[in-house]
Amino acid sequence: MANPSKPDWEALAARPAFAELLAAKRRFIVPATIFFLIYYMALPILVGYFPELMKRPVYGKINVAYAFAFSQFIMTFVVAWLYMRTARKWDAMEHALLSSIETPKS
Amino acid sequence: MLLAKIEMTPALGMFLAFVALTLVITWLSARKATGSANYFAAGRSIKGWQNGLAVAGDYMSAASFLGISGMIAFKGFDGFMYSVGFLVAYLTVLLLVAEPLRNAGKYTMADLLAYRMSPRPVRAMASLSTLMVSSIYMIAQMVGAGGIIKELIHVEFAPAVIGVGVLMLVYVVFGGMLATTWVQIIKAVLLMGGAFALSWMVLGKHDYSLTKFFEAVSHADYAGTTEPKNLLEPGMKYGAAVNIWGPLDFISLALGLVLGTAGLPHILVRFYTVPDAKTARVSVAWAIGVIGVFYILTTFFGFGAATILQKSAILTESGAENTNMVAPILAHALGGEMFFAFISAVAFATILAVVAGLTMSASTSFAHDFYTNVIKRGAESAADQEVKVARITAFFVGAISIGIAIKMGPTANAAFLVGLAFAVAASANLPVILFSIFWKRFNTTGAVAGLATGLASAVILILLSPNGIFGKKGAIFPLENPGILSIPLGFLGAWLGTIFSKRDPEAEAKFAELNFRAQTGLGSEKASSGH
Repeated sequence: MANPSKPDWEALAARPAFAELLAAKRRFIVPATIFFLIYYMALPILVGYFPELMKRPVYGKINVAYAFAFSQFIMTFVVAWLYMRTARKWDAMEHALLSSIETPKS
Repeated sequence: MLLAKIEMTPALGMFLAFVALTLVITWLSARKATGSANYFAAGRSIKGWQNGLAVAGDYMSAASFLGISGMIAFKGFDGFMYSVGFLVAYLTVLLLVAEPLRNAGKYTMADLLAYRMSPRPVRAMASLSTLMVSSIYMIAQMVGAGGIIKELIHVEFAPAVIGVGVLMLVYVVFGGMLATTWVQIIKAVLLMGGAFALSWMVLGKHDYSLTKFFEAVSHADYAGTTEPKNLLEPGMKYGAAVNIWGPLDFISLALGLVLGTAGLPHILVRFYTVPDAKTARVSVAWAIGVIGVFYILTTFFGFGAATILQKSAILTESGAENTNMVAPILAHALGGEMFFAFISAVAFATILAVVAGLTMSASTSFAHDFYTNVIKRGAESAADQEVKVARITAFFVGAISIGIAIKMGPTANAAFLVGLAFAVAASANLPVILFSIFWKRFNTTGAVAGLATGLASAVILILLSPNGIFGKKGAIFPLENPGILSIPLGFLGAWLGTIFSKRDPEAEAKFAELNFRAQTGLGSEKASSGH
């Protein structure tokens, strides 16, 4: 089994490179999560409490409600794409961090 | 006796072809289904795109394909909210849960929860919650399956449910996660094919013009059989004019959808089938692509049905809305007998793939969390014993679900059961998953309290809701969807349980370890060699 012999986790977690990795992740994940939850929850809230606004046409017969709902799909694709792109940088940081601590194993 | 009444229709032929194909896969997988990592996690050898398709196949249930298209055809925009919520939910999975879960766990979500806690109480509660969510979800699928199969190939409800149950058990017991994965992948491809074909035909009815299509939807009159109404307008089910609690119920539904998916055990276990967290991430991206396109297409075969089918065609004999049959009836109207047969077979494949995934996650949790870690206190000596217990559990879970589904009968409300499963997942599982990963102070009491509060509040509120034991008139809780109350209660329970119990130095000390492993993948479970 690939069980590394008990590393000193406290020491590992205290490394500056790890703190940088966490901070980098936080910089993207926290705002992105707040954004998508607000953008998403705005749909049912507007639909429920401002129905007249949501019934207004925006393009041909398509109204605000459908356009906003459709935009949620685009929003999901875009946030997911941004996450995938940003995560590649974390992978590089993670790789550097892990290779600096990897002890030679058989 | 029973068989004598079944005619050999094209639909039955395609059902049988699908069953034959999946049994071949199961037979091929069976040889590899030895040892825990192979049986429970397909040897962690599934590729990213494959797992993405399997996640999609595991997720897009009969409730999605048949239920949503029917709901949109009758209720317009309000039904479309399910399509939106089911997709956006994957951002919660992608951003917050998938990678840490893969890095720190082995087979189940409880691996993550129990990592720095006292394992026995946490695993016991997490296993209970997993079994609850999976079996409620499964009963919903079984009830739906029995009804649909009855209409599609004229097999009675009880034998149809038993047939589905037996097939699902064959996949799970003999083929394990590998067979289940491939059944889900094939189903996802078939479902996407069916959805594209159906959408294209609907658009064809409107001269392949989106303008004309939306024009027709805004004056949907069910082929001239009703007064025209604008299905793009919200509020037909959840509008304040229909029900004073409607808007709040709609918000509660939306919240349950977006947070529930990241707590569904049968989705979470899929991330253990890939080699590492990066592949788990790639598989969520694939799933988002596939699931997103599918739910956009519900625009066409949902709204479109209301412009093409006569109202009487999609009502039951007693005049009730026959939501589950809208898509197959639409397929029949547009593509004739063979296309109807194809869409029916897709619906059947959908049901089988989802129930197989559910049985797999329930039996994995029981064997790995409850048997190995609670009863045997984590004694690793019995590795093959774990698989054996899982196979026996699968058999019992299957038998009990079949029994309950038959007892509840074809009139049971499947949407109510699916809603309950999402509510329990969001209220019980998600708070403790997030706190485990992100909150150092979180401890055993908090985890058990969070799971128990979330589970109990979701179940109790649903029982008191208009769908519950007192019916619409006597409902004590006015909302059909409990999420808006039960999700905060789940978080609150986990938080209060933690701050009102003694600090747990051991759990806090292990946070560094969990955090480092979850965020970097150091020492995570590796793919097994051999295939």
